[in-house]
Amino acid sequence: MKELSIDATVENIAPVTDFVNRELEGHNCPQRILRQIDVAIDELFSNIAHYAYNPDVGPATVRVEVTQEPLAVVITFIDHGMPYDPLSRGTPDVHAPLEERQAGGLGIFLVRQTMDDVTYQYHNGQNILKIKKRLAGGDR
Amino acid sequence: MEIMKESHDTDLTLKLRGRLDTSTAPELEGELKNCLEGVQSLTLDLKELEYISSAGLRVLLSAQKTMNKQGSMVVRNVNPIVRDVFDITGFSDFLTIE
Repeated sequence: MKELSIDATVENIAPVTDFVNRELEGHNCPQRILRQIDVAIDELFSNIAHYAYNPDVGPATVRVEVTQEPLAVVITFIDHGMPYDPLSRGTPDVHAPLEERQAGGLGIFLVRQTMDDVTYQYHNGQNILKIKKRLAGGDR
Repeated sequence: MEIMKESHDTDLTLKLRGRLDTSTAPELEGELKNCLEGVQSLTLDLKELEYISSAGLRVLLSAQKTMNKQGSMVVRNVNPIVRDVFDITGFSDFLTIE
C-alpha cells in the first residue's frame, strides 16, 4: 500500500495521476483500463479540489493498493472538507436531445460506469471515496 | 495538451494532442471562444488524444451547440478509449464521428 498526501488543487491532479500510474507499472494492465483509471482520478480529485474546502485549499490523501487474484487496484481518496457524497447525485439523462444536455454529473457517472466498484463513506470527519478496478484484460 | 490549428476560409480544424481533462479543458475552451467566429465547418481531430474526461466533454458539448447555430462540427479519428467515453455518456448520439 502506498499513500500520497498532497494539497487538493487542480494543479495536483497530474502528480496524483503519475503517482497512481507508477504503482500500476509492471502489472501489464491493458491501456484502456489505465486510461479509465486516469479519467476516474481526474473526476474524483478535481471534485475534491473544487468543492471540499472551497474557497480555501486543504489536504487530500490518495491511497493505492494492488491486490492479487484477481489482480485489481483499490484507490482511496480521503479529504476532511465538507461532507459530500458524490454518489448521491442523480444519474444524468445521457440520451436527452442536445439542447437539453447538461455537462453536470457526467464525471461521477463515467466513474461509476467504468470502475468495478465505487463506495463512499463519511467517517471521523473525513470523506472517504474508494474505487476498485480489475486490472486484467477482457474487461470493458 | 497541444492544440494545432489549421484554418481555410470558413473551415477550421483543431488537432488535439495529449489529455483533455480538468487541467487542459480551459485551454480548448479559450481557443474555441477566440476562433469560432465566422467558422461554418469545425473539425476536431482526436487522433493523438490520449483520453477525455467530463471537463473535456463539457467543452465539446458547448462547441456542438455553438456550431449547430452557425454551421457543422465533425469529430475525426476517435480512438477506442475516447470512443468508449462518448458511448457511455451518450455523446455518440449527437456528435458526428467520422
